[in-house]
Amino acid sequence: MSYKNIIQNIQNKFPEAVIKEGQNNGQQEITLALSEFVEAMRILHDNSDLPFDLLLDILSIDRTSRKPRFDLVYILMSTQDFSRLIVRLEAGEGEEVPSVSSIWHSADWAEREVYDLMGITFSGHPDLKRILTWKNFEGHPLCKDFPLEGKDFDKPFDPETIEDYP
Amino acid sequence: MGIENHLQGDTFLVTNLEKVVNWSRSNSVWPCTFGLACCALEMIATTLADYDISRFGSEVFRPSPRQSDLLIVAGTLTKKMSVMVKRIYDQMADPKWVIAMGACASCGGVFQSYSVVQGVDQILPVDVYIPGCPPRPEALLAGLMKIQEKIRTEKLDKYPDFQG
Repeated sequence: MSYKNIIQNIQNKFPEAVIKEGQNNGQQEITLALSEFVEAMRILHDNSDLPFDLLLDILSIDRTSRKPRFDLVYILMSTQDFSRLIVRLEAGEGEEVPSVSSIWHSADWAEREVYDLMGITFSGHPDLKRILTWKNFEGHPLCKDFPLEGKDFDKPFDPETIEDYP
Repeated sequence: MGIENHLQGDTFLVTNLEKVVNWSRSNSVWPCTFGLACCALEMIATTLADYDISRFGSEVFRPSPRQSDLLIVAGTLTKKMSVMVKRIYDQMADPKWVIAMGACASCGGVFQSYSVVQGVDQILPVDVYIPGCPPRPEALLAGLMKIQEKIRTEKLDKYPDFQG
């Protein structure tokens, strides 16, 4: 297994990129810095040693009181030997995270989902718009400060207010 | 066998138009093929041989709203989907009836949330509510029989297409 080599590889090129590395429930995990995030992710994808050519999912965690507020968790997999790598990234409120959709196409919809439900914006995304809720929805429902019942819950609902369908 | 045995020769039968129309409508309520969540599976089970909805003349689930008389809203209606349900209802030809099947369609059920319509009666005129989560096929059949009862009591001048 050559996790060490790849992480070393990143550290050689970008000494500041890897903040933390270690095991999390038996899975290799690294925490990357926001400043050199895309460059480090490109190395993870492009290296010949153990290329992580599959982005399985992007998760986001709202930790409310902590600063920076959000955690983004990228789950990578290599189709060479099916080994996984968890990449963690910390992002503050209102901070723009660089998009990795130019590296993995699967990041396109995953980032839209994160944007829709948690309001984290991605710079360089080809088409960053809501994917699950409707176009004129207000707020980001999976944020901890979003009221569960949403806006106008006690009023009768009118389908005309949804602007997605002409 | 049927009524024709008693009508031999020159015999004839007198009834009123209202009764004949209601009788024929109530025994051929064709539902729309439309399911939203787990209630849809109970609705499918109702059509199968064990419960056999065709005993009530409703076995013909039409894939087109133009050919159906009954909209069974079977499942959780999300706000994003409500536009489609309203559109399907509007496309159905008169006369038409609506069943709100299950707790979600009746009042939102356990989903007291920003994304779920709290009962389809906010967007459609509902004739029969069926409680349950999901309701058993017997409950859906009971709801269908309630619709049939309602159709049989309808008045000629209250038909939506009545021109008097």
